[in-house]
Amino acid sequence: MIVGLDMGGTHVDAAIIDRGNIIDVAKTLTDRSDLFGSIWDALDHLLSGKDMSTIEHINLSTTVSTNAIVEGKTAPVGMTIESGPGMDPSFLSCGQENIFITGYVDHRGREIKPIILDEIREAAYRFRQNGIKACAVVTKFSIRNPMHEIQIKRMLEDEFCPVTLGHTISGKLNFPRRVFTSYLNSAVYDVFKGFCGSFKQVMEKKKINVPVNVLKADGGTICLDAAREYPINTVLSGPAASLLGASAFNRDNKDAVFLDIGGTTTDISFVADGVPLFEPLGITIGPYPTLVRAIYSVSIGLGGDSAIHVEKGELTIGPRREGLPMALGGPAPTPSDAMIALGLLNFGEKGKAISAMKRVGEQMGMDAMAAAETVYEKMGDIIKQKVDNLLADINSRPVYTVKELLYGKKLKPEYVSIIGGPARAIAPVLERKFNLPCRVPENYEVANALGAALAKITAEITLLADTAAGVLSVPEVGIYDRVDRNFTLDMARQKALELLKEKAAILGAEGSEIEPEITEESCFNMVRGFYTSGKNIRIRAQVKPGLQCELRGGNYA
Amino acid sequence: MLKAKNRLGLVFFPAFDWAISSTHPEREERLLYTQDQVFEEGIADVEGIKFINPGMATEKDVQRVHFCVPDVTSRVTESHLISAGGAIKAAEAFMEREVDKAFAIVRPPGHHAQRVVFGDRGFCIINIEALMLENIRQRFGHRRIAIVDTDCHHGDGTQDIYWNDRDTLYISFHQDGRTLYPGTGFIDEFGGPAAMGYNINIPLPPETGEEGFLYVLDNLVMPILEEYKPDLVVNSAGQDNHYTDPITNMNFTAQGYAKLNHRLNPDIAVLEGGYSIEGALPYVNLGIILAMAGLDYSHVKEPDYDPGKLKQSPRTTEYIKKLCETIYQRWRKKEDIARDALKTLNGREYVARIRNIYYDTDGIMEEQTQKFKVCPRCSGLNTIHSRSDWGYEIFAVSIPRDACPACIEEGYKIYKETPEGKYFKIYLQDRVNDIYMSQ
Ligand SMILES: [Zn+2]
Ligand SMILES: [Zn+2]
Ligand SMILES: [Zn+2]
Repeated sequence: MIVGLDMGGTHVDAAIIDRGNIIDVAKTLTDRSDLFGSIWDALDHLLSGKDMSTIEHINLSTTVSTNAIVEGKTAPVGMTIESGPGMDPSFLSCGQENIFITGYVDHRGREIKPIILDEIREAAYRFRQNGIKACAVVTKFSIRNPMHEIQIKRMLEDEFCPVTLGHTISGKLNFPRRVFTSYLNSAVYDVFKGFCGSFKQVMEKKKINVPVNVLKADGGTICLDAAREYPINTVLSGPAASLLGASAFNRDNKDAVFLDIGGTTTDISFVADGVPLFEPLGITIGPYPTLVRAIYSVSIGLGGDSAIHVEKGELTIGPRREGLPMALGGPAPTPSDAMIALGLLNFGEKGKAISAMKRVGEQMGMDAMAAAETVYEKMGDIIKQKVDNLLADINSRPVYTVKELLYGKKLKPEYVSIIGGPARAIAPVLERKFNLPCRVPENYEVANALGAALAKITAEITLLADTAAGVLSVPEVGIYDRVDRNFTLDMARQKALELLKEKAAILGAEGSEIEPEITEESCFNMVRGFYTSGKNIRIRAQVKPGLQCELRGGNYA
Repeated sequence: MLKAKNRLGLVFFPAFDWAISSTHPEREERLLYTQDQVFEEGIADVEGIKFINPGMATEKDVQRVHFCVPDVTSRVTESHLISAGGAIKAAEAFMEREVDKAFAIVRPPGHHAQRVVFGDRGFCIINIEALMLENIRQRFGHRRIAIVDTDCHHGDGTQDIYWNDRDTLYISFHQDGRTLYPGTGFIDEFGGPAAMGYNINIPLPPETGEEGFLYVLDNLVMPILEEYKPDLVVNSAGQDNHYTDPITNMNFTAQGYAKLNHRLNPDIAVLEGGYSIEGALPYVNLGIILAMAGLDYSHVKEPDYDPGKLKQSPRTTEYIKKLCETIYQRWRKKEDIARDALKTLNGREYVARIRNIYYDTDGIMEEQTQKFKVCPRCSGLNTIHSRSDWGYEIFAVSIPRDACPACIEEGYKIYKETPEGKYFKIYLQDRVNDIYMSQ
């Protein structure tokens, strides 16, 4: 049996599943002042009376890191940044102290200027003076040659903790994002470490001895120990849990739109050939674009409780929520009131919902029912319009080869999956607007917890072999080595898959569940003068994201 | 994050799956390190900079500019149409005010492609800037345009296409044709009878550095542009003037290219040549992107940048000053020069331009005569009679964009009356009605 738990802003949802069957679910309120207590509250509900020896592992989706960032409860960070030539780096000052150092590695990973040791000593001094404990070191092109980052870490690690190194975060090129991601990782390190420690303590006390994995924003998991080193990967995992859960109900290989419609917002995601679509580089956290791999999810300010206003005959819904629907005694008319008036939803006082619609209708010269219809139609229009715009963006993402430009995949949804409170009520209008079948899964209210339970270990690595320079680098696993002149694309593929398996095992994966695949590969002939001097081989490989097992059904009461 | 002062559209299309041949300078690897630099700098995250995919130029876009022998489809590959389509997309984003400026970093280049196309010259088959400009003139209305070509080679293709068009001022910086391919681009190549003075060549001595290029820009190009008052300025942004370029002999730098671009302030830039793929392109392209976006480019420097070593000799400086003065005086006196040239016609209706054109990439030699009608009401009907040493002989009639009714009528008449079978192919290019045919 597997336990999945998703901590959201208002609820903690937990589910326990056994070979694809939902055994039990639990839902408790989130206490923002005691996130930790909220988790155990839900787990206690779920696990009481269960045989603990049958539990294989627990998957947690937590908001611990996210909340620390949103609420500014992060540690001060000392940044050491080596930017080399290029853009003016001053906009990268994100730490409490930001030291820009000399030294420079170029795009092929060649050291052009060494680091100056005195500058690092000076940086350490300034961090110390300011009482900073957490550090991050990021150098431009460190994924092509991490030696400067490693040398600097050696000088800092005795005194500072953590020392996040940029090249270990991601193998993707993007120096500013590498700086911001490394910063955030160090900033939330202590908070998350504290959470891990307490969690383990309680487990010991309750004599629960099972592996614990943490959900990442890309919908995969990593073991608690790995998450402790790179807590930044655990931010914003909620939308990933929901999408994963919803996709468990839709097991096919089609393109689709996934909607999660809540009280305040609607989250929009997509699957392509049945696989969740990712952010091209990484998620944006507050003001910081990062390299944290994440499921593509866009939130719009439209939900069941969004406030409705009419100005000069013009109807607007959201983006703000001003309180409960009027049917429940709230201050402003909402889409929920419209759907209650139309008989599509059934809660609160129908009379109050109708008078809410009457109020809307008066400003638009129509009766209550016509107003309710108008609101309902408008909701459908807003969602359709937004999805169309996102699709246009996604289908015009830059490509770099003739083949991709002419024959590359275009996302073309064949159905819409909807979860969330008003899902069933909204489905008919969306079906008409999209002219696509809309699916509302049976147990959608626990989709997020199911998603967490069904998630599996994911990992990604980037391999670059420059046989002209004789260098092989795989930044995510700390490899920076010599490579033979005769290294081929085929050897590179083998190597990447082996390394990926090793990495996934370290993250907690068991042999059988690892499905490694090559996601990108290229091999360039390097020519200097009129002769081939080597090959530039680039490979990206991942453990295929997705579900651990099929969902069969629910047999809980 | 950073915010660009100017909204910039970037069509970045390195065509990683296309090469002329595996060891040719125009190969898959050419923009690899530029992409690495652009990605690592996080350019795509700068607010206001937008990446745009190229489109595909159409057969008509090609016919509007070129006479392809035997036809467009057998001469032009998908990759060429995408390169031109990239330039068109960039210009379109600019024309539709989606961006304030646009830069197409595309390959292969185009500025050596002339009106008649028998094959590949200087790595070019179709002239991507000309296709772009004629496409937007067709769709967005007529514009007075200045093209400033900062490629190290003379853009003999662009010169040929706009030879007789005074609404397209072509100014080319390049290494003196006595020392470099294609061996043309001298100051007396001054434009056809209807556009005399509107083709300006600036042949610079080898080893010209930052000082020389910027001197030419400030003291010659900018004053001419001020007088010409174009609606649109295009930088044909070849990058082979760089000191590390393997096939040229100049000493220009990334800082220099960025400063030049900043001061020239073009609306649209299009990459042309540039074959120092590691030492120059990553830095020069980054410098141009930042300059166009209105961002600080002062930190963009090559690994081995040494201004002291790259300083040009006082002799070169002196030579360039005199050259600029000569060219500027010719520009000021262009009306007189045109009048004198017309006097030598002695009543002949047509001015002939006779040339041999070599296609270095494909090894073809072409013999060509263009004839321009001297018309008081328009820039004049013109014809091309051409023969390649591979045996094709063609005849082309071109009715210019601004043709008068008489020239249009005469164009059709010549086309119809040319006996079938006399040539391998006869072409008619009716730019007024955007109609192209051949037989
Ligand atoms: Zn030039
Ligand atoms: Zn060139
Ligand atoms: Zn005329």
